Amino acid sequence: MTLVNEPINRGEIRKKYCRFKRHGIKYIDYKDPNFLLKFVNEQGKILPRRLTGNSAKYQRKVAQAIKKARHLALLPFVTDGLK
Amino acid sequence: MFQRNYEAVFILTPVLSDVQMKDTVDKFVNLLKEEGADVINVENWGLKKMAYAIEKKTTGFYVLVEFKADPSLISKFELELRRDEKVMRFLTTVLDKHGVAYAERRRKGEFNKKSETKEEAAK
Repeated sequence: MTLVNEPINRGEIRKKYCRFKRHGIKYIDYKDPNFLLKFVNEQGKILPRRLTGNSAKYQRKVAQAIKKARHLALLPFVTDGLK
Repeated sequence: MFQRNYEAVFILTPVLSDVQMKDTVDKFVNLLKEEGADVINVENWGLKKMAYAIEKKTTGFYVLVEFKADPSLISKFELELRRDEKVMRFLTTVLDKHGVAYAERRRKGEFNKKSETKEEAAK
């Protein structure tokens, strides 16, 4: 919560971008847990778009891939200290 | 005949001997071949530690099969997977054109252990 009179240093707040659009990644592989770990928090829950900065289309694809990976026990459903 | 690209990953229980594992994998691959599917690639990831226990076991023998098949064949294939109790879990997915391109590049070995950074996902 930014206080009213607290200066916000613009430099640190970088504009989030969708890595899939920028790097031109078209297919998200559910078989590769290392990449999917970037979109999952400590407990193994899927991070929301506002944190990952993904566009809606790719956030849905990431969510589907994570759920498939969970089905195949490549990713846990719930854990602690995942990273 | 209209064939779609599919990719199936299944997990065999680790208690099997190597011979049994090979036979089970061959059984499914041959089932696909007999039914007129052309199997593009079979990968044995071997014994991997699972994120959570399935049927009281924490490790599983992962197998990936990429094939082109007639859509009607999939239900028969999955019925066979369900029937076999050595298979603990399986997932069959259809590959769209991006998926096919990715699988192609993955087979060529563009991604394995070169760099774990972002590009590793897939260009």
